[in-house]
Amino acid sequence: MKPAPFDYIAPDSLDAALAAVNEYGYDAKLLAGGQSLVPMMNFRLAQPAVIVDLNGLSELDTIRYDDSGALRLGAMVRQRRLERDPLVAKAAPLLHEAMPHVAHPQIRNRGTLGGSLAHADPAAELPVVMVALDGRFRLQRAGGERWIEARDFFTGIFATDLAAEEIVVEVELPPLPPRTGVAFVEMARRHGDYALAGGAALVSLDENGACTKARLVYLNAGEVPVVAEQAGALLVGQLPSERVIEAAAAVASEQEVEPMGDIHATADFKRHLAKVLTARALKQAFARARHGEVG
Amino acid sequence: MNKQSVSVTVNGLAYEREVEPRLLLSDFLRHELGLTGTHVGCEHGVCGACTILLDGQPVRSCLMLAVQTNGHALTTVEGLAAEQDDLHPLQQAFWEAHGLQCGFCTPGFLMTLVPFLQENSNPTEAEIREAISGNLCRCTGYQHIVDAVKLAVEKNVERGG
Repeated sequence: MKPAPFDYIAPDSLDAALAAVNEYGYDAKLLAGGQSLVPMMNFRLAQPAVIVDLNGLSELDTIRYDDSGALRLGAMVRQRRLERDPLVAKAAPLLHEAMPHVAHPQIRNRGTLGGSLAHADPAAELPVVMVALDGRFRLQRAGGERWIEARDFFTGIFATDLAAEEIVVEVELPPLPPRTGVAFVEMARRHGDYALAGGAALVSLDENGACTKARLVYLNAGEVPVVAEQAGALLVGQLPSERVIEAAAAVASEQEVEPMGDIHATADFKRHLAKVLTARALKQAFARARHGEVG
Repeated sequence: MNKQSVSVTVNGLAYEREVEPRLLLSDFLRHELGLTGTHVGCEHGVCGACTILLDGQPVRSCLMLAVQTNGHALTTVEGLAAEQDDLHPLQQAFWEAHGLQCGFCTPGFLMTLVPFLQENSNPTEAEIREAISGNLCRCTGYQHIVDAVKLAVEKNVERGG
């Protein structure tokens, strides 16, 4: 099938793009990498009257540190660039570890950071990483901007807080505290497929090796990235022994994730995977925190 | 219909055409330019048959609009061999190792593998299998495709890289 007809605008500046979405509102769809939007248009699941192509906006294709030491990623940075960038590897190792799991290299050559976040697929890796890292997104409209926490941005399946006249322009990732370890894991039947289960672990230790912070975030476990608050709370204050890790994995998988069964796997199997992957991710993250690989 | 102008270089030749914005790059290459080596398998980005190089990087041509290539340089499978009657060394290896049967997926595999081998000239089998994980083949079961890549690597190493 082929896309339905549309008007095509390729602005050469962010201001021009903002003016376009301000004018057209919900009649327009933003085209970033196109790796999710174009398939939908090819199936005619999406039939926007207007396409606003963001690929000419080089001002959104930047990676830098800001004055506070936070990493600032432009929304149009290609996923392949995120995968390979040394600043990202150093400042956001969780993001660096997750990137090879995102689809395939051919997809990552076009797919963008902002596009993946705005698309908000519950099975996607980037939203989970952003929630795990307390990322903040800058949303701009003609004549204004606002910041929003990653956790507040994702509101439902393929749904976000982004208004029709807004564009995601930048992501900010705060620096990781000292003695922090991260891990990203997922299980897909073929490398590159959407994962049956997966997620991110971020843990911090004090000088005695006790856990001071634990965040577990899951993909494909609900309508939005799922944060296992109870499992995280269980770990805080504890020395991360095997027993404690297994207990946290049990709580997260039995009580906190809500995967849906589908043709790829039953909900029970996804819960089982979540349990195994949680333990794996926590062990890895704690080991990294201890060895000072991060922070 | 509101046609737009697109100027693009494909396999070293410059083309200029007026096309509807909704024309997919895969269809542009096949129908506008007559370069039918790029195949259309799924039109939603999963099979890899439509893979081409955009400024040297492999992308799904079914997920791009032709108008987006304005000012860019593309390489398709037709651009691999040096001459009309030649084969690119990777194509030669595919032939010798029986890395294709019906050949439908083959252009996509070649366009995925050429940049991969440029970056990683001595891959392990695991790396090869991971590199082709975005390309589907219904005929070969992938074994001879992997063998073809190994053969190409071997020959390249013998030739001195």
